[in-house]
Parts: sequence; C-alpha cells; structure tokens
Amino acid sequence: MEKIVLPDIPGLSDIEVYKQNGGYQAIKKALGTSSDEVIDVVKKSGLRGRGGAAFSTGLKWSFMPKSTDKPKYLCINGDESEPGSFKDRQIFEFNPHQLIEGIMIACYAIGSNTAYLYIRGEYYKWIKLMQKAVDTAYENGLLGEKMKETFGTDFHCNLYIHAGAGAYICGEESSLMNSLEGKRGYPRVKPPFPAQNGLWGNPTTINNVETLTNVPKIIEKGWEWFSAIGEPKHPGTLLFGISGHVNKPGVYELPSGTLLTDIIYKYAGGIPGDKKIKAVIPGGSSMPVLRGDSIEGVKMDAESLRAAGSAIGTGGIMVMDEDTDLVKVLARISKFYHHESCGQCTPCREGTGWMEKLLHRMVEGHGSKRDLDLLVTVAKNIEGNTICALGEAAAWPVKFMVERFRDEFESKMSDHVQHEMPNEVHSMRHTQNPIAPVTL
Amino acid sequence: MEFKFTEENLARIEKEYAKYPVKKPAIMKMLYIAQEQNGYISGEVIQEVARMLEITEEEVLGVVTFYTMYHQKPHGKYHLQVCTNVSCMLRGAYDIYNKIQNDLGVKNGEVTADMKFSLEEVECMGSCGTAPMIAINEDFYENLDAEKTMQILKELN
Repeated sequence: MEKIVLPDIPGLSDIEVYKQNGGYQAIKKALGTSSDEVIDVVKKSGLRGRGGAAFSTGLKWSFMPKSTDKPKYLCINGDESEPGSFKDRQIFEFNPHQLIEGIMIACYAIGSNTAYLYIRGEYYKWIKLMQKAVDTAYENGLLGEKMKETFGTDFHCNLYIHAGAGAYICGEESSLMNSLEGKRGYPRVKPPFPAQNGLWGNPTTINNVETLTNVPKIIEKGWEWFSAIGEPKHPGTLLFGISGHVNKPGVYELPSGTLLTDIIYKYAGGIPGDKKIKAVIPGGSSMPVLRGDSIEGVKMDAESLRAAGSAIGTGGIMVMDEDTDLVKVLARISKFYHHESCGQCTPCREGTGWMEKLLHRMVEGHGSKRDLDLLVTVAKNIEGNTICALGEAAAWPVKFMVERFRDEFESKMSDHVQHEMPNEVHSMRHTQNPIAPVTL
Repeated sequence: MEFKFTEENLARIEKEYAKYPVKKPAIMKMLYIAQEQNGYISGEVIQEVARMLEITEEEVLGVVTFYTMYHQKPHGKYHLQVCTNVSCMLRGAYDIYNKIQNDLGVKNGEVTADMKFSLEEVECMGSCGTAPMIAINEDFYENLDAEKTMQILKELN
C-alpha cells in the first residue's frame, strides 16, 4: 500500500530529497489552474479533516468569501494535545515540506496571503525542526514575495509558526484563534463561523496538519486516485497512533476502514503476555470507549465507528488489557478534563471538577452505587451545554465507560460511603493552584 | 528589581512583531523569552511586557495564568515534567512519578532545596507511542521505567 502522508523515503525532511521525489510540483500545478478548480478537486477527492470532526475540507474552503476587502487567513492546527494522539509530530519531523506545500495550496485555494501554523509549546524539538523547514523554503524562494518569481505568478503567501504555551483547549479552532491573537485561549461562540469572522475579525480557515499534508498528493495524482483509497465515504489513508497495552505502539499509516483488530494484532503486534483486551478507546481520550469483546469487525473510519458506538476523533487508539483498572483510568481522564477546562462555561468548569472528585472517591474505595448515577447525571448536564466541544469531550468518556462497564464499576463500589465532599466552588483554570504573589 | 530584555532577546522579539499585523500576539513568545532570561515570570516581567505591548498588566497576567508553561516562581535547574496521562499511566508512569517524589523528596510543583530539580505532573505531551516519558527542561526522554529515569537523573547530577 502506498503511503501518502508519511512515505518510507529516507531523508525526506531534507528539501532536496523532497524535491527529487516530486516535491513542490503540486503547487506549480495548482497555480496553473484557478482557485475554484483547486477547491473542486479537493471537494471531489472526499478529503475530510483529520483533527476530529471529519468535515469535508473542500467544502470548508468554499465557505471563504470570494469578494472581500478584508485580509484572509489560514490557520494550521498543530496543537495536538488529545491524549493518545501523536501523529502530527511525525509529520513535523519526517515530512515537513509536504505540509508546507499543502499550506501553500490551501492559501491559494482560499485566497490567503498569510498562514499561521500553531504548534503546541511542549513540542520544543518539533517547533525547531518545523522552523528550520520553513526557513529553508523561504531561502529556496518557495514562500514570501520571491514565490512570484519562482512560480511566475502574482500569488504569494507567508507562513509563520506560532508556538502555544500549554493548553489543551487551544486545539479547539476558535480558542486557537484567540491564543494566536495573544489572549487567554477561550473558545468563541459560534456563529459567527471563522470563515466570516475569524482571526482579528477576518475570514479564516482552520485545517489540521495531517489534512493539509494530504493535499499535494491529491493535486498531483488527481481526486479519482485519492477517492479510491480506503472507505469511499472517508477516503485516503489515516495516521493511526496506537498506544497502551500493545507490543509495538506507534504511528501506522493505513487506509481508512482498516479493521481495528488488524491494527492491534497485525501492525501493533498484539497484547503483551497475550492477554485479552478489556477496552479500546479508538480516537483519542475524549471518544467513547469500546468493550474489548465488541471490537471484532469494527472498521476505522468515521461512519463505521459511529455505527459501532464511538467516533474516529484523531485516530489515537488506546488499548487496555484485561488487568486494567478502569475506575483508575476514568479518574485520570476526568482529572485531565478538569485541568484543561478553560472555566468559561459553568457546566464544564463545575462539572469536570465534580466528576474528578467523585471518581477520586471511587478510586479510594469509598464510592457508592448512587455515586455512579450521580456521575452520569453530572456528565449529562455538561454535554450540549457548553460553548465548545470540550464539554462533550469530558462527558463522553464518563458516560460511555460507566454505561459499557457498569458491572466492573459496580463491583468496585463500597457500602462504606463517605458522604462528605467539600462543597467548594471551582475556580477558573489554574487559579486552583497556589500562585506566587505578584507585585504590580 | 527592574526587568529589561537583553539586546539579543529584543532582536528576537522584533522578529516576532514582524509576524503579525498587530503587536499583541507576540506576547506568548515574549513571555517565554522572558522566562528563559529571568527564570520565571515575575511581577517586573509582567510590567515590562505590558509596557512594551501597550496593554494592561492585568491582560498580561491573564495570559500568564492561562498557559501551563509559564511559571510564576523559580524552577530547579532541571525541570522534570512527568506525564501521567492514560497512555503513559498504562505503561507505568506512576511508578516513575512516585519514585521521583520519593527519592528527591519533592511533590508536584516543588523544588529540591539545592534548586537542582523541580517536579511537575504534566498532561499528555504527545509521546504516547513511546510511553512512559518525562521531559527534562526542553528534552524528551521516552520509553522509560523508574530505574532508567533515576539513572538519567543521576547522570545529570
């Protein structure tokens, strides 16, 4: 099977090797056609966003206004903070120029001259690697004003890297824009959508890193070629990051619709000690968990996973063997979402805190069966009641894990119930930690 | 004590300004550079950044407290960031975290008396495929266990 995003070509991160393998030819081809034609090709290819929502990329691009006096922007989401996903860093490290070329084509398609690549701050090494690749592209006249000369057109675009500073929520597109503007990363109310009112109030498109890395190959080989790979409704290859209890964890690029069991057993080498699988989270920690006894025949694409009762998310597969304590796992997941809730919406700010506390009590062995119902009630009161999807991301793991593993959770509840739980109001992000006195 | 960026860092900040149509987005990099230079974000750093960006000190403080990578108190020479999120946890992250706490005698957010090590329990760093991991300052150490981790710390010491 041919790999699109991470081909097995040694030294591909070097611009010369990339060029020898047909690099920076797709942008040339795209510039020879109209931007509408580029959008049309990407639309027909069936490419869908790889950041979690799996929305049609071509359709998203077509939402950008054609006639406007305002500057248009492209943001590329490389915040990659979903627990269980570690795919974009492979692109930064092993195929940065294909990403840059994809960004150039996207800029041309939506009529933008400025692109910002947002990379999470903790990716110290990968920010440097990516900056080096961008600098090289500038030196080779592939970005900036020199682009006009290189390609003989009047189109040009600039690409800047903006590093985050540690906040999961900034992977949410409107939060990412606020963070890019130098503010606290609070998600914005939608509508208005970014295509109308995005960065500094201007039309903006936000695409995932992996999504755009697919684009040059689609332009080069045509939409027919791409749409024939994998599942017709969610075509192409996906980067599956598999972690947890498997022998060979890592990122595997495979056609969409690959069997989950094939990824676990054929590619990731099965479970250490040949243990049974208790649970699998197929798309990063916020996606609904699947029972190990229900993964037979489940295919990894948006539609198949929805039918199986979960979602594709970022393709981050977390495998848990039969000895895993799911109460502890869920407690850790809830701790994460409480830590990362931005504090803007009450149901999420308060609810994530309550879920963490209840689960902590269960881990300590003082949870009651009534607590389980309370836990699910809190989750359901968050879901659908928040500005952004972090509400669902926090609620789903709780709701589905308790529902699908009710037997295990109940068996761990105690009759010795501790009813006292301090009824304190949760404070905003991070202020629950002691802060050193600031003298202003 | 007053805080001023070094000439070299001012040049880096100028480059940041050039990326954006307005000055304010440079704040994230400026704070990071300030932290590099000063060791942590002090009240004086906040005053200086606010002055340079022509925004209020409260706006700067708002950014500082929102992002986990800005610190308002000094860190150890080696800042140990231990991921304990699910993928790392399933492969023994808490063994590492507990071992460090025990052996160094520090808890989350604390610094050793000799200011050599500080400890922070962090959320997923994107090393799930090479879990468990810790980051020491800006370097990732992956595929660890408690023993290997202590060996790395011993070598640093």
